[in-house]
Amino acid sequence: MANFYTDNEDIQFLFRHMDLARLATLNEEGFRFAREFDFAPTDAADAIDNYNRILTTIGEIIGDRVALTAADSDVVGNTLNADGSVTYTPGIQEALKLLSQADVMGFTLPYRYGGLNCSELLYTMSNDIVSRADASLMNLYGLQGIAETINNFASEELKREYLPRMASGEFTGAMVLTEPDAGSDLQAVKTRAWQDANGNWFIRGVKRFITNGCGDVLLVLARTEPEIADGRGLSCLLVERNPRVRVRRLENKLGIHASPTCELVFDDCPAKLVGERQRGLITYVMSLMNGARVGIAAQSLGIGEASCRAARDYARSRKQFGSAIDSFPAVRDLIVDMNLDLQAARAITYYATFHVDLENGINNRIDSGLAAEDEVKKLRPEVRKYKGWNKFLTPMAKYYSSEMSMRTSNGAMAVLGGSGYMKDYPVERYLRDARITTIYEGTSQLQVVAMTAGVMGGAAVEIVNEILAGRQWSAEIAPIVARVREGMTLLNEAVAFVKTQKGNAYRDLHARKLCDVACYLMAGALFCDHATASTKKLAVARRWMTERLPQIRALKEQACSGESSSLTDFETLAGPLPAAD
Amino acid sequence: MGYNCVVCVKQVPDTKRITGQAMKEDGTVNRAALPAVFNPEDLNALEAALRVRDEHGGTVTVITMGLPAACEVLRDALFRGADAVVLVTDRRAAASDTLATSYILSCAAKKLHPDLIFCGRQAIDGDTAQVGPQLAEKLGFTLITYLEDLKLDGRVATARRNVGNGYEVVRARLPALFTVVESANHPRPTAVKRAMKSKKARAPVEVAKAVDTELPSATPEAKAVETKKRCAELAARGLQIMQWNLDDLQADLSWCGGAGSPTKVHRIQSIVLAGGDYKEFPPTEDGVTRLLGELIEDHTIG
Repeated sequence: MANFYTDNEDIQFLFRHMDLARLATLNEEGFRFAREFDFAPTDAADAIDNYNRILTTIGEIIGDRVALTAADSDVVGNTLNADGSVTYTPGIQEALKLLSQADVMGFTLPYRYGGLNCSELLYTMSNDIVSRADASLMNLYGLQGIAETINNFASEELKREYLPRMASGEFTGAMVLTEPDAGSDLQAVKTRAWQDANGNWFIRGVKRFITNGCGDVLLVLARTEPEIADGRGLSCLLVERNPRVRVRRLENKLGIHASPTCELVFDDCPAKLVGERQRGLITYVMSLMNGARVGIAAQSLGIGEASCRAARDYARSRKQFGSAIDSFPAVRDLIVDMNLDLQAARAITYYATFHVDLENGINNRIDSGLAAEDEVKKLRPEVRKYKGWNKFLTPMAKYYSSEMSMRTSNGAMAVLGGSGYMKDYPVERYLRDARITTIYEGTSQLQVVAMTAGVMGGAAVEIVNEILAGRQWSAEIAPIVARVREGMTLLNEAVAFVKTQKGNAYRDLHARKLCDVACYLMAGALFCDHATASTKKLAVARRWMTERLPQIRALKEQACSGESSSLTDFETLAGPLPAAD
Repeated sequence: MGYNCVVCVKQVPDTKRITGQAMKEDGTVNRAALPAVFNPEDLNALEAALRVRDEHGGTVTVITMGLPAACEVLRDALFRGADAVVLVTDRRAAASDTLATSYILSCAAKKLHPDLIFCGRQAIDGDTAQVGPQLAEKLGFTLITYLEDLKLDGRVATARRNVGNGYEVVRARLPALFTVVESANHPRPTAVKRAMKSKKARAPVEVAKAVDTELPSATPEAKAVETKKRCAELAARGLQIMQWNLDDLQADLSWCGGAGSPTKVHRIQSIVLAGGDYKEFPPTEDGVTRLLGELIEDHTIG
């Protein structure tokens, strides 16, 4: 009887430590839903008890069942049938059935559409739990952002038609954005949407790399305004699976084998417009993408968790030179670094998601008309602040967590050595699965671009300051806080230097170093906060800043070095272009 | 047509989490040291009943006999899909052995007029596997043990039984009682919306205890009035756990509790198997003969 929630001390610590009552009060709109739905909570304690039950139920399904099928799903993969339909692996089929039976496929949807009305933070925790067993399953379970997008932007008619069936698990969805020539640059989307004389929409074109493109509800980004070449010519359309959209090919991938990656052909396929024309990319997909980035951050946490556990377990049982290898300093150090890396990523991701929830919740409160004018006046600047923060925190969570999953799965492989390289152990799967997290929903390089504005504009320092300021730190934590502050000074100096350089090239060259410093400081500040409630986290915070401060100094020195030979001496340093065969 | 299904379940100490403190000096189970759980095969029995309801309609009612704490497994049954749950609790039922237990359960089952009764094959604490068969006997139901698969057609059940080294398919007329094995199914998970609602379901004995704690200085009469009021509120919201005592069941008290229990424990031995407590016999004609001789001498067989 394994439970991937109740056996996870770190998730449970954050569950207790973070202000879920505040999110519950916002989400439940003052607990008014209890009058209409007999299962809706009546107060914050009731809601938090529900959250705990939801995660316990998911933890049991994932620990008891999905963990047993993940290796098989990885080997079996999905099947593309002659009729263009796709059959999931037996393990994935069973998992989706269980999660549907458990009522968790409409995690964040309103009660009236069959959802659980939970916050994104809880959903993130559940994605973390799911991905520890099977990262591929998260790509299907974690696609609930599609239903959220419909809920946020589509007409009431579309919502009533699709959301209950998505919440029940009858329908799965897909976000259909990427094309052969439109990957990171979605403004280049060519797929056309046209209207007949009666105003009905049809889609024609090819989409590529579509996760769960075989799903029942496809949200398609297509060009409705052929005369507008950029993102403003794109709209979002909903396609319900039908014979005029066909899966032409399933990709053969390095990892996440049980997640079907489809090439789709739309042959004048009937579609329905979601929301308003021309807002497809600039509003709806951007919103969808932000949610998806948090989702990938959570997926990365699950892979990291699985990697850390595999390494810890193996290092205790493996004996060489007469003792368990976890008695050797180099192995101990690696395992500790992996665990701290994971905890840092989780702290950052949950903190980011918490603020996404605050932004959404406060916006809802303002829009609801229930708040008095005084309250609205107070809420507006608050929500503006969080909106700014989230533009920085969301890419930070995606960047740091996905890179962490690469480091920890690679570390686990190092601990397991030759055994880890074999298919007999799951760590080679973790390593393969982790690799995609730094690529899809925006590569790490793009996340750094998105974060850079926040680092250069001061958001990073502002947030870290807000975590640290105005508190009485204990004698044990105060020196750690001082180290974080020292790091902030270094970051400020580095930013000031970069700003003195002409143009954007130097900034872009060193942006990743500045972003790394921001991540280290963010995690350091959060660990200090956590240390007030946990002696374990005190040790974590101490170790973290002891290790990171010298690295921050080095990064600062590099950023202030004026070094730009990658730009000036590219041809020399990169060598000649390989000759064509 | 729908079937009226009854499932008998038991709250048991989780024997999968045996630790050093799991047994007392005298060899009896230290229940305080082990978490109480839903007896695993009773979950398979519940799942079998829920599948009958999903396919054919009808209702699933879950009964447990035990202390008020056993309401935990009843709530769990509600989370997983049971329509109604019943707690049979009475101090006079204490010390019931399997015979008395099956008698009391038969009285409760009669009130529910079931077409089918499902029990787990056995409980992980006592491991007797007797209550299901005895209950069938007392109710005059056809007994089908070791159920793995069940098909219903009108009043005829076709059941696949796991007989250890294979299976057999039997056909029986309803009403029938089935004891279900682990390999029959995977129990469905908690449906969290059901849990969000049914976590608030309470039996009257639990309500009375809460009233006692919250209003310590109230008179017994006032407490009774408050308890009744709260129970009515719960019932109106579909959140009452039915509760029956032996009088409600019109049970013959001489068949209940210690008086109705012929089982007498002669001796409990704590046997710790240490390394070396085994003999090896080669898989030869001669080896098997010597093994048989040893087993007969040991009174294991013969």
